[in-house]
Amino acid sequence: MTKASGQQIIMNAKELDRILSRFAYEILERFTNRETLAVVGIQTGGAHLARRLVQKLEVLEKRSFDLGILDITLYRDDLALEKNQPIVRKTDIPFKVTQKEIVLVDDVLYTGRTVRAALDALIDFGRPRVIALAVVVDRGLREFPIRPDFIGKTIQTVPEETVRVKLVEEGEASDRVVIMRRD
Amino acid sequence: MQLRSKDLLGIEGLTEQEITLILDTADSFREVSERSIKKVPTLRGRTIINFFHEPSTRTRISFEIAAKRMSADGINFTKSGSSFSKGETLLDTVLNLQAMQADLIVIRHAVPGAPGLIARHLDASVINAGDGPHEHPTQALLDMLTIRRNLGSLKGKTVVIVGDIAFSRVARSNIHGLVTMGARVIVAGPPTLIPMGIERLGVEVSYDLDRVIPEADAIMILRIQLERQGKIFLPSLREYSRLYCLTADRLRQARRDVLVMHPGPINRGIEIDPRVADGDRSVILDQVANGVAVRMALLFLLAGRKEMTMNQ
Repeated sequence: MTKASGQQIIMNAKELDRILSRFAYEILERFTNRETLAVVGIQTGGAHLARRLVQKLEVLEKRSFDLGILDITLYRDDLALEKNQPIVRKTDIPFKVTQKEIVLVDDVLYTGRTVRAALDALIDFGRPRVIALAVVVDRGLREFPIRPDFIGKTIQTVPEETVRVKLVEEGEASDRVVIMRRD
Repeated sequence: MQLRSKDLLGIEGLTEQEITLILDTADSFREVSERSIKKVPTLRGRTIINFFHEPSTRTRISFEIAAKRMSADGINFTKSGSSFSKGETLLDTVLNLQAMQADLIVIRHAVPGAPGLIARHLDASVINAGDGPHEHPTQALLDMLTIRRNLGSLKGKTVVIVGDIAFSRVARSNIHGLVTMGARVIVAGPPTLIPMGIERLGVEVSYDLDRVIPEADAIMILRIQLERQGKIFLPSLREYSRLYCLTADRLRQARRDVLVMHPGPINRGIEIDPRVADGDRSVILDQVANGVAVRMALLFLLAGRKEMTMNQ
């Protein structure tokens, strides 16, 4: 583990890539029907990861897979509590979700409130047969009964810490996962 | 980033960042209206009152649909059938609405400044849906969203606004918005309908529509307010049409990718040729679709933060 200006890097680009590759194999193993499989990423970090995951699936299977992007702002339970209103980003689900087996992708799983909102948002588009959850980091401290199906790395944290998955798609120099202590 | 005011009374005074926030948010809301279940739970439990003191089809229904798609409870009332006929004042009426825990009031009124007056006396948010000849901010925002979605940006684009500039709240709101966003605005119409000194708002003036049409990225046709007949400063409608109607011939002088816009309702054959209104350069119905998205965005940005301001 390396220290860098109050941040601890807990995963580097290579490790993240390996996790996404593993996700691809695990997903193909669990969901054998290629026609009904779809991947949906939660804005913004999960959306980038979902795109990468679909690329890996497509290379492995030499076919295309449905990819959706979900913004959960309109489904949040804390809108009225936030001092600054969150930005509403784009939602793009370009396929019928009814009867699909959907792998929902997010970067960090924490209280579970984002995933709760994402489930509500997805169900508004139709009735998927299955929704599974893939997260790069599970940092614990759940407030809702939510459990991931595919986990990159499980770590112990306290509420005073922030865990960030930093990606090149968001202008970072390299992919990495960092843990920071808020003062 | 959020809007500084609890109300939207006009475009005048909004910053470029605020307008951009509203347009970005509205852009995201377009998708909700394209779903099979056109509804999100965001404003559950919020009460929004549509108070239209003047007739309206598009704006009233658009606000109503926006409220429903956001899961807010929308209540409509109009001048007729309310206690206005018994002489209740505007302020008394809206204070009663607030006592019933309305979170946001959308108001259209013939008197300029009426929305501003009630906004000062209410904790609830107020959205101006048109106040006399003063401002019609949601129309300007949906117009700007339409231009931005079609042309990519507002900066540097030339917008020609044609018609009754003097008495048009649509023109006034659009001028403030477009100039703030860095567009070049040319107003065109007969001298009697263009106020003296309007250049001070940052626009260019032309009395010759044919001369400016080739420069336009978007042509915004205003409605000739026929209900103001007799008070309107025109020698005759025929003369107006001959000089300022957007005909197919005139449109041929424009850029091939020009946008033709009209806020509605259209007087076919007076300010715009039906073939142009229904032609392939027309984005008039696109404006209507964007109107719902803009109003959803404003309800989200204004009513969505109600609880927070009250609790603090």
